[in-house]
Amino acid sequence: MIKFFLMVNKQGQTRLSKYYEHVDINKRTILETEVIKSCLSRSSEQCSFVEYKDFKLIYRQYAALFIVVGVNDTENEMAIYEFIHNFVEVLDEYFSRVTFWLILYCERGKNTSWG
Amino acid sequence: MPAPIRLRELIRTIRTARTQAEEREMIQKECAAIRSSFREEDNTYRCRNVAKLLYMHMLGYPAHFGQLECLKLIASQKFTDKRIGYLGAMLLLDERQDVHLLMTNCIKNDLNHSTQYVQGLALCTLGCMGSSEMCRDLAGEVEKLLKTSNSYLRKKAALCAVHVIRKVPELMEMFLPATKNLLNEKNHGVLHTSVVLLTEMCERSPDMLAHFRKNEKLVPQLVRILKNLIMSGYSPEHDVSGISDPFLQVRILRLLRILGRNDDDSSEAMNDILAQVATNTETSKNVGNAILYETVLTIMDIKSESGLRVLAINILGRFLLNNDKNIRYVALTSLLKTVQTDHNAVQRHRSTIVDCLKDLDVSIKRRAMELSFALVNGNNIRGMMKELLYFLDSCEPEFKADCASGIFLAAEKYAPSKRWHIDTIMRVLTTAGSYVRDDAVPNLIQLITNSVEMHAYTVQRLYKAILGDYSQQPLVQVAAWCIGEYGDLLISGQCEEEEPIQVTEDEVLDILESVLISNMSVSVTRGYALTAIMKLSTRFTCTVNRIKKVVSIYGSSIDVELQQRAVEYNALFKKYDHMRSALLERMPVMEKVTTNGPTEIVQTNGETEPAPLETKPPPSGPQPTSQANDLLDLLGGNDITPVIPTVPTSKPASAGGELLDLLGDINLTGAPTSAPAPASAPQISQPPFLLDGLSSQPLFNDITTGIPSITAYSKNGLKIEFTFERSNTNPSVTVITIQASNSTELDMTDFVFQAAVPKTFQLQLLSPSSSVVPAFNTGTITQVIKVLNPQKQQLRMRIKLTYNHKGSAMQDLAEVNNFPPQSWQ
Repeated sequence: MIKFFLMVNKQGQTRLSKYYEHVDINKRTILETEVIKSCLSRSSEQCSFVEYKDFKLIYRQYAALFIVVGVNDTENEMAIYEFIHNFVEVLDEYFSRVTFWLILYCERGKNTSWG
Repeated sequence: MPAPIRLRELIRTIRTARTQAEEREMIQKECAAIRSSFREEDNTYRCRNVAKLLYMHMLGYPAHFGQLECLKLIASQKFTDKRIGYLGAMLLLDERQDVHLLMTNCIKNDLNHSTQYVQGLALCTLGCMGSSEMCRDLAGEVEKLLKTSNSYLRKKAALCAVHVIRKVPELMEMFLPATKNLLNEKNHGVLHTSVVLLTEMCERSPDMLAHFRKNEKLVPQLVRILKNLIMSGYSPEHDVSGISDPFLQVRILRLLRILGRNDDDSSEAMNDILAQVATNTETSKNVGNAILYETVLTIMDIKSESGLRVLAINILGRFLLNNDKNIRYVALTSLLKTVQTDHNAVQRHRSTIVDCLKDLDVSIKRRAMELSFALVNGNNIRGMMKELLYFLDSCEPEFKADCASGIFLAAEKYAPSKRWHIDTIMRVLTTAGSYVRDDAVPNLIQLITNSVEMHAYTVQRLYKAILGDYSQQPLVQVAAWCIGEYGDLLISGQCEEEEPIQVTEDEVLDILESVLISNMSVSVTRGYALTAIMKLSTRFTCTVNRIKKVVSIYGSSIDVELQQRAVEYNALFKKYDHMRSALLERMPVMEKVTTNGPTEIVQTNGETEPAPLETKPPPSGPQPTSQANDLLDLLGGNDITPVIPTVPTSKPASAGGELLDLLGDINLTGAPTSAPAPASAPQISQPPFLLDGLSSQPLFNDITTGIPSITAYSKNGLKIEFTFERSNTNPSVTVITIQASNSTELDMTDFVFQAAVPKTFQLQLLSPSSSVVPAFNTGTITQVIKVLNPQKQQLRMRIKLTYNHKGSAMQDLAEVNNFPPQSWQ
C-alpha cells in the first residue's frame, strides 16, 4: 500500500506531497528532509529502492526533481517504479506547457509510444 | 480591499524567497490576509483563498482555520468551489476533527447529484477520509453507484468501497452482490479497481475467500482476462513500453496469489497462465521485469507443480546476473522469501549471492547478508564464514550488529569444532567488538565454560587480545571473566593447541588493573574486572597482598556497584578467609539455557554463584537452577501477575551469603512494595477478591483445604488473622491471607503491615485492600503474602505493624511462631 507520494527538488523543497495515512504536520517536514537526504546520497548506479524506517522508498530522478513513493512491504517495487513514470507521462500530457518535461522527452527520445 | 492574489502568484512569490525566514514572513502575511478575507465572508474569492491555504499547508504551515471554509465551499453550488472544497477536506480534515461529520449530509446529496463529476468528487472524498460513522451512513449510496452502468462512477465507487470495508468490515456482505458483474467490464479502469476491491475482500475475510473460490469461479474469470491482455495486440490506450496494461496484470497476479494459496484446485487452474506469462513476457524493459517478479512471487506462494517452481527460481537466477541494480535487489528479496521452502534450488546460486556482499549498494548488501545467513548450512559453514567475517570487517556500522548476531547464531548451529567456534567468536569480538549485542557476552561465557578442554587455549588468546587494546567492552568483559576463572592455566603455561606464552602473575594483574582504571571501561566492565581480580586471589600464590590492596582501594569508589563488591570482597579477606577458597571455586558447567528462557538467575554477570552454604562439592549447578524454576513457578504458576521486585533484591543478598545479614538474622522484605501501594495501585494488579474487600476466593485451582487459620497477633484492639492456602502442584508455595480487624471505637489509619522471614524462605507481599482498619470490627483490611519454602523448614515470621490511632502513631513488632504444620510441611 502506498503510504505517501512526494515530489521534492534537490534543495529539499517540497513541490508536491500527498499522504495516505495520517502523519502529524511537524513530522511531515522532518520525514521529507530525511527522505530526500537518503535519496540524494545515492549515486546513479545504485538501485532505486531504499529502506527507511518501516517504509520502502522507491524514487526516480527527473532533472532536478525527485519523485519518491513510500510503500509498505506488500507492494511490487518495480511496478511502483513504472507507475512513477506513468504519472510523469500523464502530467506531461495534461500540462503540456511545462518546460522541463520537454527536456525529459528529448532525453527519452523515441522510446515513448506517443506517436 | 484589493482582490486576493492568485495561487500561481503566491507560488511564484514564495519561490523567490531566498531564506527560510523570508519564506515564513511571506506566508504569515498571506495567512493574515486570508484570515481577514474569511472573516468578511467573501464568497467570490473563497475558493482562491482556500487553494492558497492548501499550498501553504503542504509546505508545512498550520492551516486549521481553513477547515470550516472548506465545508462552506462544499455546500456551494459552483463546481469550482466544490472541487477545492473537497480537496481541502481531504487534506485538512480527518477523523480526529469533529467538524468532519458536518460533511456527511453534503456528501450524501452530492452522491445523488445529476453531474457525474460531482458524484465522483464525493466518492473520492469519502474514500479518502471517511470515518466509520460516515461510511456506515453512506455505504448504501456507494453500493448503488457500484451497480450503475457509468464506468467513470463505477471505478470510483469500487475504490470507495475498499475504504468503507477497511473502516467497517461488517459491511463487506453488502457489497457482495455488486461484485458479481464487475469483472465483465471492458473498461480497464473499472477492471483494475474491481480487482483491488476483490483483493481487499479476500484478504480481510476467509469466508469471502472461500466463497469466491467456489461459487463465483473467480479464478477462471481472472485467467481469461489475463490471457486477453497478453494475447491481444497493440492497443494504444493501454500500452506501456510494448506491454498492454502491466499495472492490471500485476494486480490480477496478486489476486491469483491470494486465491491460490493453500488451495490445490485454484492453483491447478492457474498453472498454465502463469507458465505462459513467465515465458512470453519481454524482459528487455523494466515493465516486463516487474510482471515477471510478480509472477515469480505468485508461483512461489501457491501450490504450484515443481516444473513451475524450477522455472521461477531460474528466472530469479537470471535476475541476479542482470546488470540493473533494481532487478538484482528484487531478486535477492524474493530469494529470501523462498529460501525456506526451496533451499536446495537457492543454494545453486550461492556464489552469486556471496559476490553481492561486495557490492557498493547498501540495499543490495543488506539483502545479500540476510540471504547468506539463511543459506549457511553444515557443509558450507567454513567457506561462508570466511566471506561473512570479511564482510564484517568492511561493512558499514549499521550492519555490524546484525551481522555479528547472525554470525554467532550460525556458528552456534553449525560449528565444525569447538576450537573453530571459539576462534570465530574471538574474531568477531576483535573486529566488531563494540557493536555486539549485550546477550552475546553471557552466551559466549557459557560456551567457553562448556568446552572444558579449550580453557587454556581460550584464556591465552583472550589475554593476548586485550593486551594490546582494551577498548571494546564485550571483548574485555569476556576476557576479564576468563582470566578470573582460568588464570592459573594462563600462568602455568600449559596449552596444547598453541605456543604457550610466558605470563607472570603481576602482568595479569597489571592488565586487569588497567582495565579498572581506564576511562574507556564502562561500569559493568569494571565490575567484571574487580571480580576477576578477586577470583585470582585463590588461584595465584604470590600476589595475594597486591590483590588485597586493590580490593580495599575500591571500597571507597564512587561507583556504588564497585563499592559494594569491593566491600564484600574485603570482608571475605578479613572475616571469612576460611570460606574464600570455597566461594571462589571454579564455576560449574552451566546448563544450556535458551535465549528466551529464564536467564536472570543462572546467567549473572560474573557474580560468584552462591555456593550452597552447606559444604556440597561442585558441580552444584542443579541447585541454583531448580531454585530459579521454583521462583518462576511461583511467578508464573497462578493466574495473577505478582509484583516482581523481590526477585532482584534477593539476588545480591544471597550472593554475599552470610555476609550481607546487616539486619541480623532476618531478611526484611515487603516494606517498599506495601507502602506506596495504596497511593499507586494501578501498576500492581490486584486479584479480584482484594478489591471486593473480603472473602477468600482461592488463588489456586487445586488447593489443599483444611489448613486451620491462626490468630497471629492480638493486642490493643488490633487483631490479625492468617488463613492459608497451598497448591498441590507446587508444595513449596504457601499463600497466606491476612485479615486485620479493629475492635476499638476509633479507626486505625495509615495501616502498614510488614513481614520478614528467615533467609531460607522467600516472601512476596501483595498490596493491601486499604490502609484504614475501621472501628468496631465493621470491616477488615486484607492482604496476601506468598511464601516460598523450598526446603520445607518450619515457617517463622516477624511482623511489624505501623498505624495511627487516637491521634498518635503506633508501632509494634511481633513474632509469629504458631504456624500450623500443614502450612509448611
